[in-house]
Amino acid sequence: MAAVRARVLIRPKEGILDPQGKAVEGALPALGFEGIGHVRVGRMVELEAEDPERLGELCEKLLANPLIEDYEIERLDGAG
Amino acid sequence: MRWGVLQFPGSCDERDALHACSLLGQARLVWHEERDLAGIDAIVVPGGFSYGDYLRAGAIARFSPAMEAVAEFAAAGGPVLGICNGFQVLCEAGLLPGALLLNESRRFTCRQLDLVPDPGVDGPKSEAEVLNSAHRPTLSIPAKHGEGRYWAPDEVLDALEANGQVAYRYARGQNPNGSARDIAGVRNEAGNVVGLMPHPEHAVDPLSGSTDGLKVFEAVAAAGAPA
Repeated sequence: MAAVRARVLIRPKEGILDPQGKAVEGALPALGFEGIGHVRVGRMVELEAEDPERLGELCEKLLANPLIEDYEIERLDGAG
Repeated sequence: MRWGVLQFPGSCDERDALHACSLLGQARLVWHEERDLAGIDAIVVPGGFSYGDYLRAGAIARFSPAMEAVAEFAAAGGPVLGICNGFQVLCEAGLLPGALLLNESRRFTCRQLDLVPDPGVDGPKSEAEVLNSAHRPTLSIPAKHGEGRYWAPDEVLDALEANGQVAYRYARGQNPNGSARDIAGVRNEAGNVVGLMPHPEHAVDPLSGSTDGLKVFEAVAAAGAPA
């Protein structure tokens, strides 16, 4: 059975202070990037799953902490 | 009292915790692959960087065989104390409410600070007695962490305060990480599982300036029924 490639995007929930995002945002003007705001830093997990139906459960239990993070599962076409 | 101190790859405060426990009774380390807690009356989940803290602090440690055993131990009423990374592990495991986030300052913090113990509105009487016997109203204990900002939704925080589940607060003006409502530590609804970010195991010898940390261990031991 061919594994399905997927990408999981995880980010801090709206309303929760994200110090990493703030740090990046704060550095931008000094580098000449104006007009950029609401920076949020999350993480991306790439994986191959033989049973992609279980990815939601995987996110709930390990990849994300649903109390503080939102996640999106993106299945990539052309899996192999 | 026989204490068990968990040891994960990446733990770094288990030796100090073991020493603190040995001042109050017998103590031994419990390797993360161990599942057998027979003969242990109280558990400490120590500080450090379990499994490298990959993904999120404490996220991987919660799936260890030892933590599965600790979950059963806690459900049976056994006293459990989580310190720093151990607090993060207990939150990730769902044994305590809330989560610990990156410090507001983005900086690792390391300092001696004052904690205000809160025995809870209807807190366990024995625990309240232990805390009231303190010579000082606050406990002088060091904190050292980069991800110690306690967070929970407002309705959860309200419930914690109403139920007397806030175990420790940072003294006024000493919140080192931006924790909600100055919360430094919480307990579960039953009161037998307690977690806090500061390190009571580093404050058990006059040599290091304070022995207040022992009171935290004593309070936890008094709060739970040995399983």
